[in-house]
Amino acid sequence: MKTHIEIRNGSLDSAEPSDWLRDAGLSGAQVQFAGQVRDEQGRVEALHLEYYPGMTESVLGTIVEQAGQQWHLNGAWVVHRVGTMSPGDDIVQVAVSAAHRQAAFEACAFIMDLLKTRAPFWKKELIGGYWSWVEARERDAEAAAAWLQGLSAHEPP
Amino acid sequence: MIEVRFFAALRERVGSDRLAVSPPDSVDTVAKLVAWLEEDPNIADALEATPRRMVAVNEVLGSEDSAISEGDVVALFPPVTGG
Repeated sequence: MKTHIEIRNGSLDSAEPSDWLRDAGLSGAQVQFAGQVRDEQGRVEALHLEYYPGMTESVLGTIVEQAGQQWHLNGAWVVHRVGTMSPGDDIVQVAVSAAHRQAAFEACAFIMDLLKTRAPFWKKELIGGYWSWVEARERDAEAAAAWLQGLSAHEPP
Repeated sequence: MIEVRFFAALRERVGSDRLAVSPPDSVDTVAKLVAWLEEDPNIADALEATPRRMVAVNEVLGSEDSAISEGDVVALFPPVTGG
């Protein structure tokens, strides 16, 4: 499995992951997810993302490795943006390629759900001229926990 | 020496992104390190204002029960919100 993991302080190009994953017929499926900055009914003026250089990349690497152990993937791409961005901008790209679609859909969702609860990134939003930190959501933790329970259920006794 | 790193809201509350500290040898877990750091009222206030926390030791996610020793880098931060 080839992998590309990157933290980028700059805009993301939605064509990049699919071009990078292209493998001349080895894969029959490619799934790409893009996470974008919501404006929350026009209230959010800007978003700022902070991360933990070194650890963030290594956590993303571990998540991708776990996905590769669970599903047969040919490629996995994770690029996360940091710094200041505007509503509508892409924050994160997760794209995977596999022989069949089910593995690609599931692995893409798994990587995103684990990223949300494990990868050290923190969001701050600018609303009404004031910056405030975004609180973590309980349902993100539940989504990640559901995958991990499901995976351990598949492990041999 | 142990390097303590703070991120996001906790970093702002502490007013610093890293501290180099030399706690006594009895401080051998993250929980004990946190309790020892709380002797500083400024850090105590910052930690109290951030009751839900995540922990990393040498850039690997851990918990307050994680063991620590000389030379480790211990990071404390609020729950992550990327993606």
